[in-house]
Amino acid sequence: MSAQLQPDAQPAPLAAVNDFVVKFANVNGSGSASANELFAKAILRMGVPVSPRNIFPSNIQGLPTWYEIRVTGAGYLGRRGGVDLMVAMNPQTWNQDLKEIEPGGYLFYDNSKPLPASRFRTDITVIGMPLTEICNATYSEARQRQLFKNIIYVGALSVLLDIDPGVIEKLFSEQYKGKEKLLESNFKALHLGRDYASQHLPKIGLRVEAGDGVGDRIFVDGNTAAAIGCVYGGATVCAWYPITPSSSLAEAFQKYCQKLRVDPVTGKNRYAIVQAEDEIASIGMVVGAGWNGARAFTTTSGPGVSLMTEFIGLAYMAEIPVTIINVQRGGPSTGMPTRTQQADLVSCAYASHGDTKHILLFPEDPHECFDQSAQAFDLADRLQTPVFVMTDLDIGMNQRLCAPFEWDETKEYDRGKVMTAEDLDSGRDFGRYLDVDGDGIPFRTWPGTHPSKGSFFTRGTTKDAYARYSEAGPDYVYNVQRLLKKLETAKSLVPQPVARNARAATRFGVIYFGSTSPAMSEALDALDAAEVHVDALRLRAFPFPDSVRQFIEAHDLVFVVEQNRDAQLRGMLINELEFSPDRLPAVLHYDGTPITARFITREIGDRVRAARKSS
Amino acid sequence: MTYLAKPKLHHPTLPQNRVCRTRRDYEGKISTLCAGCGHDSISAAIIQACFEMDVEPHRVAKLSGIGCSSKTPDYFLGNSHGFNTVHGRMPSVLTGANLANRALLYLGVSGDGDSASIGIGQFAHVMRRGVNMVYIVENNGVYGLTKGQFSATADQGSASKKGVVNSDTPIDMASLALQLGASYVARGFSGDKKQLVPIIKAAIAHKGAAFIDVVSPCVAFNNHPGSTKSYDYVREHNEAVNRIDFIPRKEEIVVDYAEGQVIEVEQHDGTILLLRKLHREYDPHNRVMAMNYVAEHQAKGEVVTGLLFVDNSARDLHEHLNTVDAPINTLAAAELCPGAATLAKINQSLR
Repeated sequence: MSAQLQPDAQPAPLAAVNDFVVKFANVNGSGSASANELFAKAILRMGVPVSPRNIFPSNIQGLPTWYEIRVTGAGYLGRRGGVDLMVAMNPQTWNQDLKEIEPGGYLFYDNSKPLPASRFRTDITVIGMPLTEICNATYSEARQRQLFKNIIYVGALSVLLDIDPGVIEKLFSEQYKGKEKLLESNFKALHLGRDYASQHLPKIGLRVEAGDGVGDRIFVDGNTAAAIGCVYGGATVCAWYPITPSSSLAEAFQKYCQKLRVDPVTGKNRYAIVQAEDEIASIGMVVGAGWNGARAFTTTSGPGVSLMTEFIGLAYMAEIPVTIINVQRGGPSTGMPTRTQQADLVSCAYASHGDTKHILLFPEDPHECFDQSAQAFDLADRLQTPVFVMTDLDIGMNQRLCAPFEWDETKEYDRGKVMTAEDLDSGRDFGRYLDVDGDGIPFRTWPGTHPSKGSFFTRGTTKDAYARYSEAGPDYVYNVQRLLKKLETAKSLVPQPVARNARAATRFGVIYFGSTSPAMSEALDALDAAEVHVDALRLRAFPFPDSVRQFIEAHDLVFVVEQNRDAQLRGMLINELEFSPDRLPAVLHYDGTPITARFITREIGDRVRAARKSS
Repeated sequence: MTYLAKPKLHHPTLPQNRVCRTRRDYEGKISTLCAGCGHDSISAAIIQACFEMDVEPHRVAKLSGIGCSSKTPDYFLGNSHGFNTVHGRMPSVLTGANLANRALLYLGVSGDGDSASIGIGQFAHVMRRGVNMVYIVENNGVYGLTKGQFSATADQGSASKKGVVNSDTPIDMASLALQLGASYVARGFSGDKKQLVPIIKAAIAHKGAAFIDVVSPCVAFNNHPGSTKSYDYVREHNEAVNRIDFIPRKEEIVVDYAEGQVIEVEQHDGTILLLRKLHREYDPHNRVMAMNYVAEHQAKGEVVTGLLFVDNSARDLHEHLNTVDAPINTLAAAELCPGAATLAKINQSLR
């Protein structure tokens, strides 16, 4: 039991090395994002893991934006919750920003204009620096004043937090290679900040100390990673329509294709990217290209999937390989376009009218965005059906420290069951919708294959095993049952779940997926340390492999943690595996911010303790 | 769309074309449309055009949307892959298919409901992009499959079979195609095969977005007095601006025309269109004139037919995208996957 604090007693200023949260409150369009990223990268280059998150508005200029950086020597890359040092650069959000600071934390602000004492808290350390004054004295142009203010505060913070200025200078040199003038002016701004801080500002309790916690890991956002995965996975056709938070994926695909996919002799492109007129056209193009033997994908977010639904049903029914990367955001409707959620599970898994089920993949970080995007094309070709890569804004648009990308050169693309002219000439029976191997997957032919054999008519209407139009009940039942069998086959082809056992045997389990992963890893450590033992299973795909059923059967109570209101994954587990709802309590976080380790630890900790008491 | 195969009995003396096929090789299943339907005449015109052009049937991909017209690809070119897509969305599927394999001939078949109502957006954008294809709208001004509702091409003031008068202004697909940048725009009439077949042949030879609006009366729901899409109405008001005599390449031009009446139009592939002018002032190379001409005559209740516009130097979507010459779907993994060593460099750039 700790001694009771006197009402007036102030908490001691926070002290931590390589374990704190810095949040920058800025105005968007002011150039702060690149300065804040520079700050994060500098710490990373010192060998200390960081996990930044950009919290931005659906707007181009003038609205509040935040950049939260978790400095984490222990390597916990989820959001922790709470802020230890607030860099308050936006008067619009002053009150809200001030409130978020942990007791004993720090506030760094621009004190060019004096503020009354009533605008501050007394339980934090306040550090003022006349940033505007310094800028106005140094620069004459308005844009320069604005941009270099950001670099100046990075310089000041580097002194406060003991960040190696050499590292920042090196980052500048890399960024402004060949642009000497820019390099010089950034150096100057950095040192303006550093000099002022050294002379005028007090030391604080938070510090960065060089370490070796980063290793060979890379620092990349999920959209870029998925785009590179599409290049490696052999995607040749990308049709897309701009939508936050997925646009940067298509743009990254374009960028890497321009580097990696141009024929060196002719200068011509080994790819085709079309910005379509809407999401319906995007998916239509992907369906057409997939039908015609190209590896094709689209990238979108929830509202786009809603528009694509009819085509997704066609691709399911006509059995056409399609890859859709859904960078999820807060829904429904326009919802929270610049915030994160995992709320499209049901709309994707069962997209379209009638009985449909689709393959979903759940990457946990950019590394898996790369892997699963590349793998999606193999799965789509093998299973001849739509495959969704279900990433989200948290993974997609934030740089995340992750294992480097790997590529096994011995592995070939799996183009699935495609009959060639030689196959057809050898007398093999071709029934487009005939289950010849017992796995539910029929053979297909690409248009133009053979002068007299193998052509067929593709349609969303019912047909017999030889693709002939049929409204006969048995033909319909044969086909839709075969589609189910195909889904059974998929269970062993999709990425399998990853299990993590608690330190001691337990009757409690937790199921989670996707961007919840880093917060969950940290929460599981904290729970284990608090003697709350929970076995964990991270799902990586739908349909659920048999090991998911086994995991649930092996535990009395399995928490299902997800970032949506309606416990969508839980509902799918109950429906698909027919478990009792009582066995699968929901742990839900859906306010648009990424789930935190503190939230999971508290929710599961409390409920396990309550369950223990009642049993 | 019931399934009725045609018996494969070929008369041994049937003439063959230069790819050793008879006309029968270009046929499909037996049509299930109403007897006298204009769409069947268009299917027959497509068959004749492909036969006479020596098109290899399996090198054609035929795509459609939903509706009576969209059923027809099953009734021609039985050895081609066909795709009955989604209502109003054939253009996007055709675009994707074309991106995957530029070496095939793409034939999009649609109707006025499919292209002018639900699908007007995709119609507009596929024309803008210059997708290399032949896009035929079988235009009867009415929804046949759902029994006689007006479509967006129905003329204002025209009456339905039940006597309802259409109050909406019509969309003219050919004018729209002209405005949107289609590089080949023509209008035909299903009742005039002599005019239609050369129009289709020239469209096949054209590289770029070729659009043909074919007025095709619906005998069941839109062939009555008061309709402006009936056989009688179109015959009476047909205003043909020219007639194409399509001359395949390297063949001597033997047709004799009076001077000033004929224009030679050389296509991308070397084929030559001989265009017999029916109106001295009509210039099919002038997009703006074409738009004005169609509008002026339409205002008089006339249906302007013929080759309305052709741009023989058009570029297609693949040229715009600078894609490789080989069909993209034939590229091997070695040409697509940059490999592990490059990935190591990418990793290094992300540290």
